[in-house]
Amino acid sequence: MKRKHKRLTFAAVGLALVGVAAALALSAFEESIVFFHSPTDVAEGKVEMDRRIRLGGLVEAGSVQKQADAVTGFRITDGAHAIAVTYQGILPDLFREGQGVVTEGRLRGATFVAEEVLAKHDETYMPPEVADALKKSGRWQEEAGKGAAKTGGPGK
Amino acid sequence: MTAELGHFAVILALFVAAVQATLPLIGAQRGDAQWMAVARPAALLQFLLVAVAFGCLTNLYVTSDFSVVNVAANSHTDKPLLYKISGVWGNHEGSMLLWVLILALFGSAVAAFGANLPPALRARVLAIQALIAVGFYLFILLTSNPFERLIPAPANGRDLNPLLQDPGLAFHPPMLYLGYVGFSMAFSFAIAALIEGRVDAAWARWVRPWTLAAWCFLTAGIGLGSWWAYYELGWGGWWYWDPVENASFMPWLAGTALLHSATVVEKRDTLKGWTVLLAIITFSMSLLGTFLVRSGVLTSVHAFATDPARGVFILVLLIIVIGGSLALYAWRGPQLVSAGLFQPISREGGLLFNNLVMATATAAVLLGTLYPLLLDAVGGGKVSVGPPFFNAVFIPLMLPMLAVMAVGPLLHWKRGDWRAAVQRLWPAMVAALAAAAGAWALVTDGPFLGPVGLALAAWLGVGTLVELAERLRLGRENLGRSLARLARQPRAAWGMTLAHLGLAVTIAGMTGAGAWVEESIQVMAPGDTVRLAGYEFRFTVSRDGRAVVVLNPEKRVYNVSGQPTTEAGIETRLTGDLYAVVGDRGTTADGRPGFVTRLYFNPLVAWMWGGLMIMVAGGALSLTDRRHRVGAPARRGIAAQAAGAD
Repeated sequence: MKRKHKRLTFAAVGLALVGVAAALALSAFEESIVFFHSPTDVAEGKVEMDRRIRLGGLVEAGSVQKQADAVTGFRITDGAHAIAVTYQGILPDLFREGQGVVTEGRLRGATFVAEEVLAKHDETYMPPEVADALKKSGRWQEEAGKGAAKTGGPGK
Repeated sequence: MTAELGHFAVILALFVAAVQATLPLIGAQRGDAQWMAVARPAALLQFLLVAVAFGCLTNLYVTSDFSVVNVAANSHTDKPLLYKISGVWGNHEGSMLLWVLILALFGSAVAAFGANLPPALRARVLAIQALIAVGFYLFILLTSNPFERLIPAPANGRDLNPLLQDPGLAFHPPMLYLGYVGFSMAFSFAIAALIEGRVDAAWARWVRPWTLAAWCFLTAGIGLGSWWAYYELGWGGWWYWDPVENASFMPWLAGTALLHSATVVEKRDTLKGWTVLLAIITFSMSLLGTFLVRSGVLTSVHAFATDPARGVFILVLLIIVIGGSLALYAWRGPQLVSAGLFQPISREGGLLFNNLVMATATAAVLLGTLYPLLLDAVGGGKVSVGPPFFNAVFIPLMLPMLAVMAVGPLLHWKRGDWRAAVQRLWPAMVAALAAAAGAWALVTDGPFLGPVGLALAAWLGVGTLVELAERLRLGRENLGRSLARLARQPRAAWGMTLAHLGLAVTIAGMTGAGAWVEESIQVMAPGDTVRLAGYEFRFTVSRDGRAVVVLNPEKRVYNVSGQPTTEAGIETRLTGDLYAVVGDRGTTADGRPGFVTRLYFNPLVAWMWGGLMIMVAGGALSLTDRRHRVGAPARRGIAAQAAGAD
């Protein structure tokens, strides 16, 4: 093989790999991209049923209820609207009423069935999406935001 | 006083770094030996200054000086000494100081042990190192000063986040940073080579040990982090394809590729431009990792509070470093002419295939990690890209690489015979088929990838041993001669064998834990039992009626912050981990009060960390190889080059 042909071989293998990767990425993107929505989006009917989404906001005060079979029911609110959520499993240690939370799951009728409740490692942390959603609904309190900005993250 | 001393030391280090970044570079360009000579003492002085600063901060933590904001926010007098010390880097400001400390450490190592480097190359490498350091000193001084005072001082501190008060995480950041920052060496050598316009075998021989050392630390750091997430977070999993995890994984992928392509430069004097590009990409990924973790632009399951203003600074730094180095590469890269020719089927071809797959995988992970940022930037909505994406893209890319990985080392340099190599791999083929059949027989309803993963692990593991046997000419000569060869194998060869074996073990562990994990969630009252994976979980776990092991999952509440943490109860065995987590109070199906429990059986999961340890051991063994200790071969005409550089 001549030098030129060899280079072509390598280029072809490289391009093929990139092509395969791109094809894999595109087909995977269809199914695995998860959009973030606020309770207001859900209330306004912007969210498809049974599609995997993230729902975030504040855990409404007084809404947490323990149900049978390790299921916890609570409501997520952005101040304007609140959505009922159920989750089966162990809630993260920092899950509390009145605090920001992001859940991932599917909307089933009027209830959001969470498959995951995203944990946070820091009490003062506010997920950026939740902060944005609260700002949009006009319920953002500067104090909460400031508290979050003060502490640094860890060395991870 | 200590805080001011530390602050002053950082400012002085900035000035020293500024001098170190300019004079030697100009000196090397002009061939002025005196200006070049500034680099070595400057690098040592810079390290000394940062070490003083770091020592000051550690002292402030150990003595609990709460008149310093950083200490007050992250420490407490009741904290054990280990966590007082690890608290130094358990926060943003301190971890940045650790970053520059390690950067200066590597720089001073070049200054101290680089006596056999050509003076011009050494001067340039140290100057580039200092240039990176200047950026980070400015970052620390302008946005993240760990020595800022708090007046009046509080009576006690706010304590370190309880999740971080753990031995696994005490050592995770330093390991990770030794890896991240270690790649700065390869980067500096690459930039210096671009300025000089030459890359040769000697260059690769200097770059490789640094890259290898960084790779070992990064591998250990990622392993520690994943282990910590596994036992401390109580989610039963070990890898979430989270932005913070990807941030450490991308430099690992690129660094692994660099390690292999540098071998080709060293042995065959070819693939030069590509290797230099990989060095730039690897360090860029390290910087990007720092940016992703520090800036808080991405929602991560590991998210901690962050300050966006810092993100902008790091982003600018990132653009200057990556943009600048890639521009330099575009300008000077074409001058790096590769000498050796080789066939696609050859040892070089195999290594290049590894490189292409690793680079593609890095790009795929990068795409998935940054896609939410890009989409948000163009107003496309807020999204997250989860494990399904990464699994769907990453796993298919890795399968052919693992298949080729067993064959590559059996090929000759320049021109290989793949048929002969594959023929010699028959034991690996037998092992792979046996592993697949065994897995299929044991778990009939598992995912398809289970048997495939185990087969590839067996193929790679046995294939690596076949290659070792080939090198020893086992069975073709008498045993005594083979054993004599065994003793004479260079440590670098052992390193390769061990690292590849380690990967095989890791793949087996990942496959087991990924494909056949079993879990159950329920409310249990004392005395209740749950059957899972053939084990009967009670408050004591038993099998066949005989008590097997007692698991002690805990809920801990930390005094200062009041933050509870979940401690998983884990019993590690060769076949898999029994893993139990206790949650909140609940009511059982028949109305009795109990606790929510989540039980897992994670098959083979310990193999993963065991394999990672073997890989690190392989890398470390290779580092002690004679050819690294003796030093690189002298470059021809060093004296002439140094005298008349450019």
